[in-house]
Amino acid sequence: MDILDVKNLSVTFDTPDGDVHAVRDVSFRLGAGKTLAIVGESGSGKSQTAFGILGLLPKNGHASGSVRYMGEEILNLPEAEMNKYRANKIAMIFQDPMTSLNPYMRISKQLTEVLVYHKGMGKREALRESIRMLEAVRIPDAASRVHMYPHEFSGGMRQRVMIAMSLLCGPKLLIADEPTTALDVTVQAEIIDVLIDLQEDLGMAIILITHDMAIVAGTCEDTLVMFGGNVMEYRPTIDLFETPQHPYTKGLLEAVPRLDRDVKTLSTVSYGFLEGDEK
Amino acid sequence: MLKYTFRRVLVAIPTLLILIIISFLLMHAAPGGPFTSERPLPPQVLANIEAKYGLDNPLYVQLWEYMRGIVIEFDFGPSFQRKDRTVNEIMAQGFPITFTYGGLSFVAATLIGGTLGIVAAIRQNTIIDYFAVGVSIGAQVLPNFVMAPLLVWLFTLTLGWLPGGGWNGGAWQNLIMPVIALSTSYMASISRITRSSMLEVLNSNYIRTARAKGLPERTVILRHALKPSLVPLISYLGVAFVGMITGSVVIDIYFSTGGMGQAFVNSALNRDYSVMMGITILVGALTIVFALLADLLYAWVDPKIRY
Amino acid sequence: MNTQTEIKGRSLWFDARRRFFQNKAAVGGLVALTIIVLISFIGPYFAVWSNEEIDWDVMGSAATLGMPSFANGHFFGTDDLGRDLYSRVLQGTRVSLLVGVIGAGISVLVGTVYGTVAGYVGGRTDQIMMRIVDILMSIPFMFVIILLLVVFGRSLTMLFVGIGMLSWLDMSRIVRGQTLTLKNKEFVEAARATGVSTPTIIRRHIVPNLLGIVAIYATLLVPAMILTESFISFLGLGVQEPLTSWGALISEGAGTIRYDTEWQLLFPLAFFVVTLFSFFFIGDGLRDALDPKDR
Repeated sequence: MDILDVKNLSVTFDTPDGDVHAVRDVSFRLGAGKTLAIVGESGSGKSQTAFGILGLLPKNGHASGSVRYMGEEILNLPEAEMNKYRANKIAMIFQDPMTSLNPYMRISKQLTEVLVYHKGMGKREALRESIRMLEAVRIPDAASRVHMYPHEFSGGMRQRVMIAMSLLCGPKLLIADEPTTALDVTVQAEIIDVLIDLQEDLGMAIILITHDMAIVAGTCEDTLVMFGGNVMEYRPTIDLFETPQHPYTKGLLEAVPRLDRDVKTLSTVSYGFLEGDEK
Repeated sequence: MLKYTFRRVLVAIPTLLILIIISFLLMHAAPGGPFTSERPLPPQVLANIEAKYGLDNPLYVQLWEYMRGIVIEFDFGPSFQRKDRTVNEIMAQGFPITFTYGGLSFVAATLIGGTLGIVAAIRQNTIIDYFAVGVSIGAQVLPNFVMAPLLVWLFTLTLGWLPGGGWNGGAWQNLIMPVIALSTSYMASISRITRSSMLEVLNSNYIRTARAKGLPERTVILRHALKPSLVPLISYLGVAFVGMITGSVVIDIYFSTGGMGQAFVNSALNRDYSVMMGITILVGALTIVFALLADLLYAWVDPKIRY
Repeated sequence: MNTQTEIKGRSLWFDARRRFFQNKAAVGGLVALTIIVLISFIGPYFAVWSNEEIDWDVMGSAATLGMPSFANGHFFGTDDLGRDLYSRVLQGTRVSLLVGVIGAGISVLVGTVYGTVAGYVGGRTDQIMMRIVDILMSIPFMFVIILLLVVFGRSLTMLFVGIGMLSWLDMSRIVRGQTLTLKNKEFVEAARATGVSTPTIIRRHIVPNLLGIVAIYATLLVPAMILTESFISFLGLGVQEPLTSWGALISEGAGTIRYDTEWQLLFPLAFFVVTLFSFFFIGDGLRDALDPKDR
C-alpha cells in the first residue's frame, strides 16, 4: 500500500483582493521508503502543497481534494485527530532553520516534548533518546549541546537539530521543505547525506521539496514539476531528465549550470510556453 | 548577566547626576531668588535667610552640597516655603499614597491588558478580538484627566456609589476610581502591544514547527508562544510606569488623594522650588531604577542577551 | 506574484495613496479633522459673543441660565463666569492644534536630522549621540516641563520649548534605526561604490526613504503633543487666561461637573476626543498604506 496518496489537492487563500488559488489539482502517490521530489520556482505552490497535506496552512487558507495516509483520509481532519499524525507518522522540516526553532527554549526541551507527548516517555528517557537522535544526525558533543539555545548553533547545525526533532518518533514519511536552501553549499551536501542515510536506516519515505535539480537527480525516484500552482510533469526522475516533455521542465533543466559545457551566459527559464495559454 | 547588570548600573548613575544638575541649574536660573517672590523682605533679613540656607555660597558649592545631601544622606534639604518642614517630610507623606494606587493601577493594567491582548490574538477576528481592539482604540483618547471627571460623573453624581474623592486611609471605595482613571489608557496600550506581538509570534516559523510537532493548541500557546509574545511588553512597562507616576499628579489633584502629585502641584503653584526639585529627582531616580529593572528582566527572558 | 506585475509602473506613493483612501477609518478621520480645523477658524465669524466677553445675565447662575441655546447666542452654553463656551472652545481648539502641530514639527525637524546623522555616521558618534538620547529619555519630562513653566513663567513659548525638548527623542531613535537599515541596503552601497558623495546620498537616497516612517510617526506625535499640553493645562499650569486650550477647558468642566453643568465638560471633550481619534486613524491608515507588510 502506498504511504501517501494525494488526489486533486487544491489550496486556496482568501485575500482582501479575492481568492488566490495557490495549488490546483495536484495528484501523486508515494510508496514506502521512496523519495519524491517536488520542484519548481519560488511561488509555484510547492510549500503550500506540503502545508496543505499536514493541515498547517495559515488561517485564511483551505485545502480540498483527498490525502490518504496508508489508506486513511487525513485531509482536513479536526486538529486533535491531525495531531496524532503530525511528527508521529508524518514529520516535516522547514526551509529556514534560523527561525524554525523556538529561540526562547532550550533544544532539549524542544526535542523531548515531542517524545513526551507522542510516546508518553518520561523526561529522562526522552532526553536520552533525544541525545541519541542528535548523534544520529552527526552533531558532535550532543550530550552537552542538547542543553543549549538555538542561537548557539550555526545554521547547518540547527537544520540537523530540526531533522533530529522531526525523526524522533520514527515517522513513515518526512516532508522536507527546501531543507538546504538557506545553507552554505558545503553544508547543503552534508545535510542531504544525513537525510539519505537516515532514510535507509529508518525506511521512511521522503517528499523533498527543492529547486536544486542536482539533488533531485541524485536522490529521488520520482519528480513532480510544478509551476503556478499546477503540475507540469510527474514522472520517474530518470525519464524526466532524459526526455523532458514539458517546455518548462526543459527550461528548468537547462538553467542548471554545468561544468562540462562551455557557455558564455547562464540560461534562464523562458516562459514561452505560457503564450497561447488563456492567461 | 552580571557584567551586563554592572554595565547598565554604570549608565544609570551619570543619568541621575545629570538630572540633579539640570533641576538645580533650572531652579537657579529662576528670575529672583526663592525668597523674593511676593512681599519684598528687608535686605538684612534676606541676607540672614540666604546665609541660613547656604545661598550666599558660590553656585558650585551649593550644587555640591545639594548633591552630597541627596546621594549620601538622602536629604533633599528644607522646604523654601513651609519653613517648618523638610522636603523629605513632605515627600514621605505623599509617596506611600501614590505608590498604593499607582502600584495597583500598574498591576491592573498589566494583568488585564496583557490577558485581553493574548486572548484577542488567539481568538483573532472573533467577538472577543473586536471587543479588545475596540476597547484599546477607545481608551487611547481617554487619558487619566478625561477618565477622572467621567468616572466621578457616573459613579458619584449619577449613581451615588462611590465617594468623589479623598483618601480615607486607602479604603477600597476611595481607591476604585483613581485606579481605573490611571490605568485605563495604559491597559489599552498594553493590550494592543500584547495582541500584536502575540499575532506576530503565532505567525512565526517556530510556532509552525511546534504545530508540525503535533502538540495540542494549548501547549503550543502556553509553552511556545506566551513567553516570546510578552517580551515587547517588558520594554513598555518602563514607559507605563513613568506615565502612571506622572498621571498621579492629575489623580491627586482631581480626587484629593493627598499623594505626591498634590505636593508637586502645590509647590509648583507656591514656587516652592526645593520641593519640586526633590520630587522631580526622586521620580527620576525611580524611573531610572525601573528602566534598569525592565532591562534586566529583558535580558533574563531573552537567552540571546543573557550573559 | 500576479499582483506584482499588475502594480509595476505605478509609483510607490500612488499605490500608498490608493490604499490610504480605501481605508474607511482613515478617510473618516481625515474628514472629521478637516471639519474641526474649518470650524475652529471659520466658526468665530458666526459667534455672537467673543471668548472674553462676560454675559452678566448668566454669570453666577450658569447651571440654570447658561445652558446651550440658540436664543441667547451661547450655542455651547456658558461657563460659571458667563463666558461663551462656543467661542472659548473654538479658541482652545486653535491653541491645542497649534501646540500639537508645532510640537510635532519641532520633533520632525530635530529628530530627523539628529537620527539621520547618528545612524549614517555611525561608530562612536552614533554611540555618544544615542547615549545622550537614552539619558534624556529617563528624565521625567512632565515634571521638568512643569518646573520650567514655574521657573520662567507660564507662556505659550515656554510650553513650546518644554514640549519641543521632549518630543524629538523618540523620533530620533526611530529615524536612526531606519537609517541604519537603509545604510546597508544595496542601492545605497551601489551609490557609495559609484562615488556619490555622502551629503548627496543622504539627500537623494536616505531622506526620501525615511519620509514614510517620519510621516506616520509625525501624525501620531500630534495627538501625543496635544495630550501633553492638555495634561499640563488640566493642572492649571499651561496657557493662561484669557487664552485657553482643551486641557484647561476640560479641567474647568471637570471642576464644575458637580453643579450640573455637564456641557462645560462635554463640548471641549467632544472636540478633544474626535480630534485625537482622527489623528490616530489617519496615522494607522498611513502606516497600513506605506507599510503593506502589516496587512
